Amino acid sequence: MDFTEGNHPITAKAHTAALGSPAATDSGRGYSPSELMVAAAAREIRDGEWVFVGMRLPMLAFLVAKRTHAPGAIGLYENGVIREHPAPELLYTMADPPNLRGATQCGTMLDVMSLLQQGRVNVGFLGAAEVDRFGNLNTTWGSREGQKVRLPGSGGACDIACLSQRTVVLLEHTRARLVERVAYITSPGNGSGKNWRRAQGLPARSGPSAVITTLGVLRFDAGGEAMLSSIHPDVQLEDVRANTGWPLRVSEELRETPPPRAEELSAMREIDPHGFWTRK
Amino acid sequence: MSNAAPDRTSKMMSMQQAVAQHVPDGASVLLGAQLEQMIPFAAGHEMIRQRKRNLALVGPISDILFDQMIGAGCVARVQAAWVGNVSAGMGYCFRRAIEQSVPRAVEMVDYSNFTLALVLHAGALGVPFLPTYSTLGSDLLKSNGEMREFGSPFSGEKLVAVPALTPDVAVIHAQRADKHGNTHIWGNLGVAVDGARAAKKVIVVVEEIVEPEVIASDPNRTVIPGFLVTAVVHEPRGAHPSPVQGYYGRDHAFFHQYHEQSRKLEDFQKWLDRWVLGIRSRGEYVEQLGECRVESLGVREHAYSAPADFGY
Repeated sequence: MDFTEGNHPITAKAHTAALGSPAATDSGRGYSPSELMVAAAAREIRDGEWVFVGMRLPMLAFLVAKRTHAPGAIGLYENGVIREHPAPELLYTMADPPNLRGATQCGTMLDVMSLLQQGRVNVGFLGAAEVDRFGNLNTTWGSREGQKVRLPGSGGACDIACLSQRTVVLLEHTRARLVERVAYITSPGNGSGKNWRRAQGLPARSGPSAVITTLGVLRFDAGGEAMLSSIHPDVQLEDVRANTGWPLRVSEELRETPPPRAEELSAMREIDPHGFWTRK
Repeated sequence: MSNAAPDRTSKMMSMQQAVAQHVPDGASVLLGAQLEQMIPFAAGHEMIRQRKRNLALVGPISDILFDQMIGAGCVARVQAAWVGNVSAGMGYCFRRAIEQSVPRAVEMVDYSNFTLALVLHAGALGVPFLPTYSTLGSDLLKSNGEMREFGSPFSGEKLVAVPALTPDVAVIHAQRADKHGNTHIWGNLGVAVDGARAAKKVIVVVEEIVEPEVIASDPNRTVIPGFLVTAVVHEPRGAHPSPVQGYYGRDHAFFHQYHEQSRKLEDFQKWLDRWVLGIRSRGEYVEQLGECRVESLGVREHAYSAPADFGY
């Protein structure tokens, strides 16, 4: 299994790879786990926001948000592309030709990174091989059966985690991936807890906002620690705890993750009719 | 006053010549400046064929080209944000090199995309470093070994100093140029503008050679002025399997096939023999791709921009 393959900046590829098992496909609910994650990710985007968009699930999430509740959202891609109208067809990378045609602007990497560093990008999406209790991400060094595995690296992930107002992470929920402490902080979350980011010199208005997994959604408390905020339909709390590498705290207002709405599903399926990213 | 262009000799040469003359062993080489678009695969493959050694590769994400050059033993050092296969996952040659020193040890200097862009921007500006907030608090900052935390001389706040780099050679794939190297690129530019300015030499690889008048008709699209260019190589389909906007699309299947065929060392050797070492030129590579595959990647629907009026 290639789940430690890390991630291209702001992608959830490792996640989709991990969902390659038959058990991960549609089990009679009318949507796949990935489709639920895409819908949950889309709801992290508010109308009019500037979004650092990743490929795969985040790319679909941006599209769903644009077509439903956030038609005014603006998408920024680290290769230099800015889009107010999502590309009309399935993308495999952010530089695929359909993502350039009809763009708002095709510029340089610094053109978009400058907006990010100014603090004007509201939300950025990331995938990760590992996330820890305080939302730190690792996409540089993994391990498999005790052996160190060199993952592809940061890409733009470190930049986004440092500089965007909110960071949303998507990944598969297993003990190997939700760990007490990441082996290597590629992309800083809340470090070791409260006030850590400010002590490092990171911008005041930045940091992890949500971790969307195959089992639920985690958010961060005032101390900077991740806690379970919503649980996906048909998932048991014990399963979430058993698959988390630290004693996971649960929000007093724990709710069920709302399933994808019909309009959200139709938007994703229109752009990815064969479920390349959500059903494979 | 005359508008005639100064009399310059043509900078055109074959890929074989350009690589032989301008990419010495041990050179630092910028490749993949436009991220997943216009990756100069033909140039990288020629470096492999010429058995270049001890190269220091520079680039933001590189897609599979860095992986191939590492697997072929050309590389001593990589200064990048990400090495792998963008649509398929891991770079297996990269992993073998880092984890097992196969076929040789490679030093990886981890950057993020933004800081890698700043390395080249500083080089282009001619200053020793540039400040950023990015990477603060990360292990990337600690393990990179080149970036340094410092206090702002104005406010005292923490910043990271990203050191400048002036690569020995930048290889930039583009849509079209004239024989003097004046180069039009459209689409996402990534780090190409700074890369070409920072580098000591620039090799431009293009789909089309056009008359100087065509380039001069739209100077805003001239991303690289010819006087910065050392060599111009006309190499149609030289970026395959990556896309060139307006010329051909991305060969997604090729990336996925490479992923499967590079998982094991012996399979990678076969892949390398088939697609690089066993052929002499990009022409033969395109022939091997086959007419059908080449055709299927062609532009299905042209979308020309409206002309801009430079009249007065």
